[in-house]
Amino acid sequence: MTARPRIAVHKFSSCDGCQLAFLNAGEDLLTLDRLVDMVHFAEAGPVDEAAQVDIAFVEGSISTQADAERIRRVRERSGFLVTLGACATAGGLQALRNLADGAGWLAGVYAQPEYIDSLATATPIREHVRVDFELWGCPVNARQVLATVRALLFGVRPVADHQKVCMECKRRQAVCVLVTGRRPCLGPVTSSGCGALCPRFGRDCYGCFGPSESPNTDALGRRFEGLGLTPESIARRFLFINSHAEAFAEAGHKWMGKHDEKA
Amino acid sequence: MTKKREVRIRVPLLTRVEGEGALDIAIRAGRIEQLHLRIFEPPRLFEKFLQGRGYQEVPDMVARICGICPVAYQMSAVQALERVFDVDPGDHIRAWRRLFYCGEWMQSHSLHIHLLAAPDFLGFDSVTAMAKRYPDEVRRGLRLQALGNDIIRLLGGRSVHPVGACAGGFHRLPAPDESCELLARLQAARDDAEALLAWTARLPLPDDDQDFVSVALRHPHEYPMNGGRLVSSAGLDIAIEDYPQHFTEFQVPWSTALHAGLHGEPYLVGPLARLNLNLDRLPRPVRQALDATGIDFPSRNLFHSIVARAAEILLALHDAIAILEQPPAHAPAAAAVSPRAGTGFGCTEAPRGILWHRYEVDAAGLIVEADIVPPTSQNQARIEQDLRQSLQHFGLDHDEQALRRRAETVIRNYDPCISCATHFLRLAVERR
Repeated sequence: MTARPRIAVHKFSSCDGCQLAFLNAGEDLLTLDRLVDMVHFAEAGPVDEAAQVDIAFVEGSISTQADAERIRRVRERSGFLVTLGACATAGGLQALRNLADGAGWLAGVYAQPEYIDSLATATPIREHVRVDFELWGCPVNARQVLATVRALLFGVRPVADHQKVCMECKRRQAVCVLVTGRRPCLGPVTSSGCGALCPRFGRDCYGCFGPSESPNTDALGRRFEGLGLTPESIARRFLFINSHAEAFAEAGHKWMGKHDEKA
Repeated sequence: MTKKREVRIRVPLLTRVEGEGALDIAIRAGRIEQLHLRIFEPPRLFEKFLQGRGYQEVPDMVARICGICPVAYQMSAVQALERVFDVDPGDHIRAWRRLFYCGEWMQSHSLHIHLLAAPDFLGFDSVTAMAKRYPDEVRRGLRLQALGNDIIRLLGGRSVHPVGACAGGFHRLPAPDESCELLARLQAARDDAEALLAWTARLPLPDDDQDFVSVALRHPHEYPMNGGRLVSSAGLDIAIEDYPQHFTEFQVPWSTALHAGLHGEPYLVGPLARLNLNLDRLPRPVRQALDATGIDFPSRNLFHSIVARAAEILLALHDAIAILEQPPAHAPAAAAVSPRAGTGFGCTEAPRGILWHRYEVDAAGLIVEADIVPPTSQNQARIEQDLRQSLQHFGLDHDEQALRRRAETVIRNYDPCISCATHFLRLAVERR
């Protein structure tokens, strides 16, 4: 890595919320500017998409043919490629279209669908190119992103943390909303990273940070059934922010299948 | 020969966009022959995703439409859902929601002024470049942005995609000690916000007088955020549910975001439209600070939008302080909600302008149909109209770089939620 590493932030299909980890960083943004050479970050100003960089952060999922080609060019020019958030890492909320007839939807929505360059699917970056490190979260937080930059500046590989939200609740002494509130909390199968925000707000986790290490989605789904949820609403729990992440997709489809059997 | 095609469609549409845009201008014989603000961000189909979802999932889902103004999406959604279910969350929830929204206005406006717009007027390419010459001003802006984020965090846990809001109120309301600590920091920021307003008014803003129609909410007592009737500078005054009778959305080939028209004509939403229509709703200290800038409002110079944003930061700070000085009740956090079938409308003032929602819900509380009209799509036609006028006024004989710079400045001035994209504006000037 050069003395002043060159960094790029690329955007694909997304809400721009993960890039805000940089733009909301305040003083840290100015510090970062002294440590690295930000050569491409359209929302912040610099534009040089073709530049060779040491680290590329990629926000968003791939949902057009043009983007599928663009991510390959980004990969070729980037030393270390980091996905930034749920869309880039697992397709994000818009991956819900993968469950349905995406092309049919477009036709139902736009009078002139032929003007729209859109694939039927929204897929994560790793289905298109090799990814060196993945940051989960909808959104990622500034600490996660800056810690990744810092680790890479030190020349070490950033550490992925896929502990369960439950662990975070214990550490923060948050009351369990599943046990005490009978709420369908995804905390037992979701990676921490948010600081157990939802349980601390007295509500059920909805899976922003994706599947945790060894997620026992079967047991949790049955627990939800015991709480009185229908198979269809259990499926919806898993098929939300990270519907395309393998463990959640599998669980969601299983419960959707049970729903169809009943119907 | 104009290539502009407009395709009118009947169904109010889907997914909206912030993201990547481009601008194509063709000039022939000193005339703008073609001008397209192209938005090519791929559609994300949110209105489809909402179908079949439970009403409880709506605030979490619509937040994901925009990382910069998730609070606005949540507030329009819960308002509409509460109307379907005939729930009155109570005055204390209305006050906490206003505080929540004040946070978003401060965050979003500060981000836009300092990171996106001001570098244009001062001749820099980015905030980090501007910070080298204007370190104090940039730091002041970053402080106000951080305070706005802290307000959102108080009620939502995090500032991007907050988790606190629900139909009926909030999942949790702040404890008194948390809000006291924030109040002290808000009070200490008054000087920053006043200095910011004065500073924006002294920026070398282009003078460009234009005729345009402003549209905003108007509330009987308050500067509008979470309620009111829809009014325009041309005399419109309607309930929000009558929006579809006056406003139409239509697709144009060069944008994946639908355009909108008021009685078929372009119109402006956002800070300048709000301020122009609600000057008499500003609290006295904010009005005095605005008058002290020496700029006459209502203003017909769109570049005064940055001053309007700064005035709204001061207003949001003023209101946030007023709310926390007499803290609303801390309970109940949410009114009880029993789902029932029906249709409800919500319209609130997102940082970038009116954000209109309509939901049809079934008896079990599942969404049957959703329509969402975001501010940026409403402003697209006005942006194109402005570009034609302001580039003509600026002088089409300028070189391409100067024309491009001015065009980008005009677009960014609207703070489109394609702001990232307008910083990645590809201008193809074609001369024949």
